Amino acid sequence: MNDIVISVRDLTKRFGDFTAVDHISFDVRRGEIFGFLGANGAGKTTAMRMLCGLSYPTSGSGTVAGFDVRTEGELIKRHIGYMSQRFSLYNDLTVWENMRLFAGIYGLTAKQTNERATELLERLNFSSERNTLVGSLPLGWKQKLSFVIATIHRPDVVFLDEPTGGVDPVTRRQFWEMIYEAAENGTTIFVTTHYMDEAEYCTRASIMVDGKVCALDTPARLKQQFAAESMDEVFRTLARGAQRGE
Amino acid sequence: MAVIEVQNLSKSYGNVKALDGVSFSVERGELFGLIGPDGAGKTTLFRLLTTLINPDSGSATVDGYDIRDEYLAIRSRVGYMPGRFSLYPDLSVEENLQFFAAMFGVTMEESYELIAPIYKQIEPFRKRRAGKLSGGMKQKLALSCALIHNPGVLFLDEPTTGVDAVSRSEFWDMLAGLKEHGITILVSTPYMDEASRCDRIALCCEGRILEIDTPEGIVQGFDRPLYGISAKNMFALLERAREVNGVVDCYPFGEKHHLVVGDGFDEKKFRNALADIEGIEISTVKPTIEDMFIKLMKR
Repeated sequence: MNDIVISVRDLTKRFGDFTAVDHISFDVRRGEIFGFLGANGAGKTTAMRMLCGLSYPTSGSGTVAGFDVRTEGELIKRHIGYMSQRFSLYNDLTVWENMRLFAGIYGLTAKQTNERATELLERLNFSSERNTLVGSLPLGWKQKLSFVIATIHRPDVVFLDEPTGGVDPVTRRQFWEMIYEAAENGTTIFVTTHYMDEAEYCTRASIMVDGKVCALDTPARLKQQFAAESMDEVFRTLARGAQRGE
Repeated sequence: MAVIEVQNLSKSYGNVKALDGVSFSVERGELFGLIGPDGAGKTTLFRLLTTLINPDSGSATVDGYDIRDEYLAIRSRVGYMPGRFSLYPDLSVEENLQFFAAMFGVTMEESYELIAPIYKQIEPFRKRRAGKLSGGMKQKLALSCALIHNPGVLFLDEPTTGVDAVSRSEFWDMLAGLKEHGITILVSTPYMDEASRCDRIALCCEGRILEIDTPEGIVQGFDRPLYGISAKNMFALLERAREVNGVVDCYPFGEKHHLVVGDGFDEKKFRNALADIEGIEISTVKPTIEDMFIKLMKR
């Protein structure tokens, strides 16, 4: 089994004469929690879209879950999970219906869907809620559910786009404990956040400024490198140098 | 007299209690923060105080005027920046400002001194359509429009949500500048680390206020010893630490876990119990607003 789940070299995206993502290169290893940080407008979203197979690079190369980001976007989509705060689950479908819907989209058979959904609900201790409308669940449960649904097809990597925005401090921590646990079990996590304390939870973190990855290391080594007390300070030092706005 | 006086205010939508008997007051010139997650009732409170909706029960005054009976007086005295961008995307920067000035019967020149420190940053783009601005510029335009009639009270609903750490701190610098003009500011945020920029804060959760005090006062209310612990395997540490005698709570907190302890906790025994965990480090740490919020939520 390949131990590198994401590998990109000189990945670049231009819109007209604007270079949104400018020659970024990095590897993400299996089982890592990889933090993808950057100021608004640094190019994070554009880079994520390329990694998720939603947009093709102008130049550069890379693979995600073993598939080519230049040509195999459709295959990438089937082998990754994706969760964002903005788009997660359908409130007017039940827990079970949401699971079926997403499992179907990810291409699982009816039999696989049944088996995995049942297993996931049991593990969450949530079997009794299978016919509950998602809209009536507390926020913390919705979040846990959208995370397990993003992994229902056992993807090589899960992309979490600001998964904890606006979430209360207790729920936010429960969510991170779930991420820790998933990573312990070998799931690779690629996560963006504006909460700098969450950057500390990552195995490694990268920081984008003006379309480039200008720092990438473990939180401990980044703090050492920039003589900073916290990741917040590291981030501020780097983002202050940004030339372009959003 | 208080500029904002809220007494036992409640508002429900169907069977959801958005705001559940909230009371507080804000003094003239104060920068008062409502700190809390989504669903705390912050936006409902803003909509009530800006007279866009009426409460189910309770009362409130803004600048001495009742939100129910004297709403017109309030509307001309307050500035409001809603959480969602609500300027006209197909008007230019300048046209948006002129529109809001006209609505309040003032001219841009009258308020220029007040808005200048903010507006100057977007003035080079005054001919650009508001819809074509970046998020940071939209935010500055919205703040300029909210200030155009020189309001005595400013309501800002989550102005920094989704904004990166550097832009957030620049925004708070702008608010500090406005405070110098004597404007009373009520601002909401889900980011606990912004609480220290306020004179006083209310911690809000699920339609209620958990606590009101100065940021220092809130932190002083944390009355249990607090430790920061770390080890090579942070996840294992978290699970094991919770099982040790005398541990009240343990939760991730940046590079360390925070360990709240009660009577019967003994640091030596704690170390012994976790002796098999590699690289364990323990030190006392100062509680933050977020520690207090967690404590109050779990109470």
